Amino acid sequence: MNRNIKRIFSGPFLAFILCGTIIPMVVIAFYGLTDRSGAFTVDNIFAIVTGDHPQALGLSLLLAFISTIICLIIAFPLGLILKDSNLGKKGFMIFVFILPMWMNFLLRTMAWQVLLERNGVINLILKSLELPLLDIINTPTAVVLGMVYDYLPFMVLPIYNAMIKIDNSLIEAAYDLGASKATVLKRIIVPLSVPGIVSGITMVFVPSLTTFAISTMLGGGKVNLIGNIIEQEFTVSSNWNLGAGLSLVMMVFIVISMIMIEKFDREGEGNML
Amino acid sequence: MMNFKTRKIASKVCRGLYLAAILLFLYLPILTLMVLSFNDGKTMTKWMGFSFRWYEEMLGNKVIMDALINTLTIAFWAAAIATVIGLLACIGMNSMKEKSRLMIMGLNNIPLLNADIVTGISIMLMFVVCGISLNYGTVLFSHITFCIPYVILSVMPKFKQLQNSTYEAALDLGASPAYAFFKVVLPDIMPGVLSGFLLSFTMSVDDFVITHFTRGAGINTLSTLIYSQVKVGIRPTLYALSTVIFLLVLIILVIVNILSSRKNR
Amino acid sequence: MKKRAVKVFALMLIFVMITGLMAGCGGSKKGSKGEVYVYCFGDYFDPDLEYEFEEQTGYDVIIDYFDTNEELFPVIKNDTAKYDVICASDYMIAKLIENDLLGEINYDNVPNAANITDNVKSFFQDFDPDMKHSVPHTWGTYGIMYNKTMVKAEDIDSWTDLWDEKYKDQIIMPDSVREMYMIAGKILGYSMNTTDENQIKEMTDLLLKQKSLVYKLANDSARDLMIGESAALAVITSGEVLYSQELNENIDFVVPKEGTEVWTDCWAITSNAANKEGAEAWINFMLDGKVAATNFEYLTYAIPNKEIADMTTADVLNPSQDILAKSETLMNLGSEADDLYSKYWKNYKAKK
Repeated sequence: MNRNIKRIFSGPFLAFILCGTIIPMVVIAFYGLTDRSGAFTVDNIFAIVTGDHPQALGLSLLLAFISTIICLIIAFPLGLILKDSNLGKKGFMIFVFILPMWMNFLLRTMAWQVLLERNGVINLILKSLELPLLDIINTPTAVVLGMVYDYLPFMVLPIYNAMIKIDNSLIEAAYDLGASKATVLKRIIVPLSVPGIVSGITMVFVPSLTTFAISTMLGGGKVNLIGNIIEQEFTVSSNWNLGAGLSLVMMVFIVISMIMIEKFDREGEGNML
Repeated sequence: MMNFKTRKIASKVCRGLYLAAILLFLYLPILTLMVLSFNDGKTMTKWMGFSFRWYEEMLGNKVIMDALINTLTIAFWAAAIATVIGLLACIGMNSMKEKSRLMIMGLNNIPLLNADIVTGISIMLMFVVCGISLNYGTVLFSHITFCIPYVILSVMPKFKQLQNSTYEAALDLGASPAYAFFKVVLPDIMPGVLSGFLLSFTMSVDDFVITHFTRGAGINTLSTLIYSQVKVGIRPTLYALSTVIFLLVLIILVIVNILSSRKNR
Repeated sequence: MKKRAVKVFALMLIFVMITGLMAGCGGSKKGSKGEVYVYCFGDYFDPDLEYEFEEQTGYDVIIDYFDTNEELFPVIKNDTAKYDVICASDYMIAKLIENDLLGEINYDNVPNAANITDNVKSFFQDFDPDMKHSVPHTWGTYGIMYNKTMVKAEDIDSWTDLWDEKYKDQIIMPDSVREMYMIAGKILGYSMNTTDENQIKEMTDLLLKQKSLVYKLANDSARDLMIGESAALAVITSGEVLYSQELNENIDFVVPKEGTEVWTDCWAITSNAANKEGAEAWINFMLDGKVAATNFEYLTYAIPNKEIADMTTADVLNPSQDILAKSETLMNLGSEADDLYSKYWKNYKAKK
């Protein structure tokens, strides 16, 4: 009896799952599988391999891949340093590293536009030092830079969270048994931070893959990602069916990341919380 | 011995440099905006003297102020409603069978892992199909939708740590279920509830993509406003706005940190 | 823990209250006659006018911005958001009329329509005969803005100059389908309203040849980049010139000899406007002589208002008859042709 009453408590939540997740998914699938007149078609799904879409998808995958790798390369040593640093209070250091994340992400991206512009702040400084100028605004490089800057905290936090859970006595024991630094890193730290790494990778890769704001703001309209194409279908070209079909394709990558997380991170160790 | 010492120092220096480089990378853009916000000129290329004119202009700008209010009220209500719903859901799910609980948790993960653009578009399409014109409510609805998973993810582990025996003891001693819940269970899971609320609040404030697709006439949040302004050309009022937001966030986080570290001691 | 909870919540409340107060100082609302929802190009009138309108008429104004005409259409068409009064360019007005999305203006409520200058009225024949659905806000031409210190003035007189290798990474082109094809069309001698796929394809190829020279695709923000001297050349409308010259004296503007696009941006009322009187009051307000003067000083776009005729005499704002004769206005081409353009535009965007 009591149990049944308690179960009712999840009612509002289930209603939200239904209205906020399941029905919208059904609707987007419906749009994706019909044409403008409402007739069934799979053209919108297969549009991903026709026309200019493969090129945009390829570029998106490439840029997302590069920025994920860069985030990983930056975040892993950072996690190590933060883990065994004695730089005063640890909480404070973490705080310093995630503080910028609380700034609105569009403001952060806008800041890079201001910095990187041909006559922007960085180039003004370089000019006054008579150094060669930096000319990366409106190129894919600038977009990658923006992705790394915007999503780095999503990589740092899960990795750090997984690392601080590693028992220090385990590491000490390994050293006592004569393990070298490299062995400890390879045999203990890396395997035990895998949940954090996987979670970090998906949390950087998926948003980088589907972003349109960063490429619009830092790519100067010349870097055309799959996110831009979908957004354009809804705002400029107004072929909603095609946009919905392409979004459905994007969900493949989301399913992949769900499976990855399921496989490596059963206990939810690597989440950001 | 000497070699060991120098190596240690060298590694310390390396670490310091590494941290410094990352900090520079993280803070340089923000500092730049802060400095430029005090520039008396319209262009960013020339320093025309120190002034507060962009701050005055920002405070007098109804569009920016409306967007600020929308952002905060949407974030507040979305986080509050999501926290209540998420908390109730956790209570309910705890008395479910393992199987159905896992299935629901799986569903809960969808909005979390789904790309923002897909979530935003699918919710917008649903409203359009239902003939509901996009407005403040549709934005709030979609924000609640993507906030609930964060609440559940923060509250659920606390429920797992909870000892059911204390709750049952309270019932045995004659407490009503509600009384027992508020006096025994809630205090234990409070940290999870709180972090769920704060996380939802931040996620809502930071969201751009979902708002971009589900917003109605005249409903701007800071994110959508900035996006449209950047297309027109960045005005220094936005620099002033970023400075204010950064300082507000800094102050709040410092206070929260001090409070919590005091508590921990 | 509980104490901490209370404290944090108290903090949040204070936070929300402070920001509420800040906003309260920004603009206090008076007893209102209703709300007018305005949908307009970004930064297209003096923002102070919004308060003036609210004070004069008692309506509350809610304003939203978009970047290009193409963005406006799906919003109005699918009714995803309800607006009363919108601003759009000529061909988009025609498209909206064709889709029954605009209401007729009741000129009894818009006495200031008498201020509209005659030269602009003739443009309306192409897209909204007799101004039944719309009234002009601004008008102008497209041309090439250049920086005299980076580019020799005598070198620039044709759209083909934008294809010159020596300006690599110095050129800003519009991020807008129709304007881009207008440029290619003028070079190839095609109409900017062509619906012939072969011609569109040829124009796309021509544009693609130039893409590697382009520094950025940008619309309104091109002005700031020119003022900041980040680029040497930009395709931009005549209205931005006076403003830019105020901030950077090296800037000049030329309308290429092949002719150009003459555009008119108009105010119109949506067919399902919830507040039609409010929308008409807004339009009437915008046509007022004093308001037009304020707007002109803010925007420096040509505003076709008889009351400010002596203010808008600059050469940039008044193209010669010779140029006008060689120029065209964009037309609404129907959804099939729109799809064609957007297909090739996507092609242009995706290719390197």
